[in-house]
Amino acid sequence: MVPARDALLLAAVLFALGLAGLLVRRNVIFILMSLEIMLNAAGLAFVVAGQRWGQPDGQVVFLFILTMAAAEVSVGLALVLQLYHQYKSVDVDAASRMKG
Amino acid sequence: MNIMFYIAGAVAVAATVVTVTRLNVVHALLYLVISLLAVAVVFYTLGAPFVAALEVIIYAGAIMVLFVFVVMLLNLGKAEARTESGLLKPSMWIGPGVLAAILIAELIYLVTAGTGGAYPAGMVAAQQVGMALFGPYLLGVELASMLLLAGLVAAYHLGWRKPSRTEVR
Repeated sequence: MVPARDALLLAAVLFALGLAGLLVRRNVIFILMSLEIMLNAAGLAFVVAGQRWGQPDGQVVFLFILTMAAAEVSVGLALVLQLYHQYKSVDVDAASRMKG
Repeated sequence: MNIMFYIAGAVAVAATVVTVTRLNVVHALLYLVISLLAVAVVFYTLGAPFVAALEVIIYAGAIMVLFVFVVMLLNLGKAEARTESGLLKPSMWIGPGVLAAILIAELIYLVTAGTGGAYPAGMVAAQQVGMALFGPYLLGVELASMLLLAGLVAAYHLGWRKPSRTEVR
């Protein structure tokens, strides 16, 4: 049995890496990829907690996170296409001005 | 079993570090796929084979295909096509290839080791997950289906490309 502490540590490290990528990168595709990494790490933490008690609830929550990530990335990538169409750039700073 | 977990975890962290720091989107996507596959092996060693399979099919399969499609749609033009040949140099495949080889060696070991392919201790089988999913979490499943429908409609609406004024003229 893998110690839950080490598995949670792995989830924390992956989440921190995703957060660092989200904060540092300005390319919107990299930002979406960092979001995926963070959601995956959060799901990993849920599964670890579920396995710790031998219950299926952690895996069920991971399924919900998976659904949410799929919906999020489809909408996000559609927005990337619109951003590129409007500004000819995938730099998020290109769209920093609001209208009105 | 524990050593398998630590190796897969190390591969996941290494691949994620490279993903976040890479300048080129295609290279980063290669490493991101490796990272997700490594997390799938971690799920397997934790005793969650159903979630491991879903991680491979949906995360490393479907969601990554969406990313690849968008990168393909953005990279139009002759200049991009010329750089494309430089992108897929054989040397670019060494890093992801080595990490993927580590993962597949682990998988072969786990399947063929003396346990006869038995799952690790403390496994929660797919049957239990299904019983929970369509028992106490039934409302959540319905909400997830509505979320997916909303995502579908939003992606269709946002992806529709309004003809710009110059094109109309």
